[in-house]
Amino acid sequence: MFVRFFAAIGAVVLSFFIYLGELVVLAAETMRSAVTHRLRWRLFLRQMVDIGLLSQLVVVITGGFTGAVFAAQTYFQFNKLGVASGVGAVVSAALFRELGPVLTGLMVTGRVGAAMSAEIGTMKVTEQIDALRALAVHPVDYLVVPRMLAMMISMPLLVDECIFFGLLAAYLVSVNLLDISGPYYMANMVRWTLMRDIIMGLTKGFCFAILIVFISCHKGLTSREGAVGVGRATTEAVVNASLAILISNFFLTMFLNIIFPAGWQ
Amino acid sequence: MTEAPTIGERPAAGASSLNSQRSTLNPSSMIAVRGLKKRIEAQEILRGVDISVGVGETLVIIGRSGGGKSVLLKTLIGLMRPNEGEIWIDGQSITGLNERQLAAVRRKVGILFQGSALFDSMTVEENIAFPLREAGERDQRVIADKIAEMLEVIELDGQQKKMPVNLSGGMKKRVGLARAIINRPSCILYDEPTAGLDPVVSDSINRLIRRLQERYHVTSVVVTHDMKSAFHVGDHIAYLHEGRIYFYGTPAEIQASPDPLIQDFLLGRASKAE
Repeated sequence: MFVRFFAAIGAVVLSFFIYLGELVVLAAETMRSAVTHRLRWRLFLRQMVDIGLLSQLVVVITGGFTGAVFAAQTYFQFNKLGVASGVGAVVSAALFRELGPVLTGLMVTGRVGAAMSAEIGTMKVTEQIDALRALAVHPVDYLVVPRMLAMMISMPLLVDECIFFGLLAAYLVSVNLLDISGPYYMANMVRWTLMRDIIMGLTKGFCFAILIVFISCHKGLTSREGAVGVGRATTEAVVNASLAILISNFFLTMFLNIIFPAGWQ
Repeated sequence: MTEAPTIGERPAAGASSLNSQRSTLNPSSMIAVRGLKKRIEAQEILRGVDISVGVGETLVIIGRSGGGKSVLLKTLIGLMRPNEGEIWIDGQSITGLNERQLAAVRRKVGILFQGSALFDSMTVEENIAFPLREAGERDQRVIADKIAEMLEVIELDGQQKKMPVNLSGGMKKRVGLARAIINRPSCILYDEPTAGLDPVVSDSINRLIRRLQERYHVTSVVVTHDMKSAFHVGDHIAYLHEGRIYFYGTPAEIQASPDPLIQDFLLGRASKAE
């Protein structure tokens, strides 16, 4: 009984480490390929459109409404303490350091990560990836490298966009609906928003881009058993990437806070 | 690199038929396989396959569905890794080569997949031109000329702008074949080229395979369970049974074989046990 229980636990732990190992191998192969092989510019630009351009509406809406609701909730609490003009500073710090990168990461995972996994998975089960290999084209060079580079460039920009529209919406709600003084709001926001907050947000966005692209591409490349397998791979890619973003966000926060401490020191 | 095997080095493993020793490896082989074993999970698919295919020859591998024919074909160009055994392509051992090292070997070999495996995000002409562009060809005129030549060979003029989803099964096979041969490989592997096609389209595919052999003098390996196709295109036929080459001979020899297993297969007869 106990032996079977521990064997089951061991199997789960082992499979988790095998999975991590496969991700690291894929990442290493992709990095090496990006450096040593020619870039397929057409594929890269197509990915820039798919990831960067077509994700904008989702990111703008997410950022905008998150900023708006966060400003309102902060105001409801801060107003009782008589420091309503501090809403801008709190919203700004939260958007730059946490909400912007995490929400953008989650939305891009849902929109782009799922599509990557499904597209590559479908290619896998319909032998298109075998066809690539048979035509002497390495699937990592052709499928993963353009996606990785496009994600690395797009994600920090999308994070910026999400934060910008979050701040804009928060300002409009605070000044027009909640009756906070505009100049005070802006003065506090600018005073308490530091370059280190911006760098932290962009760094997180970049790290999340790497997590999303490798988790999604790996799930696609290893999908099996036809349509059911592709569906399962897509779901697992979204779940795993979302969890990876949330978990790594904590460790990134703790680590980056050492380099870029919050607030004035 | 291991030396390619020579004549009579080893007889075909597990062959129970009189003709089996004729599949022994020879030095002029485009493809040589020795002692090939492949397991997928607990199932032993190939149990020691020995075959060789001479330059310009067409070998047809026949056998029951699920008997490992496609696995054997994919193993030949490293799309699947064997558990044991050695494979030589054009005198070069591919055993132990990694994915990037295999690229050079794969440029010598074209493959037509069972489901055609066309890139569904590309048009017919983009699919056909894909190997050219990947090989570094940038001259649009050269690419257009080669596409036109291929469309003429596969008799699909005027269809180049179509997407794969709008093609019939036979048309997909033709486009897959054009993609496989546009870079003039020395060898073409066909995985069930007539599977799922009606008899008329199957016949046109068989004629196309023959025409390619005559026009480009390529070595071919055709995996099929369509006996009409096997007799039409094959110089030699190998019968894969229970993971081994059970019979090897010419189309005339296999037809004349008194072996009940062979006769059951040729006549499409289920054995009593089934």
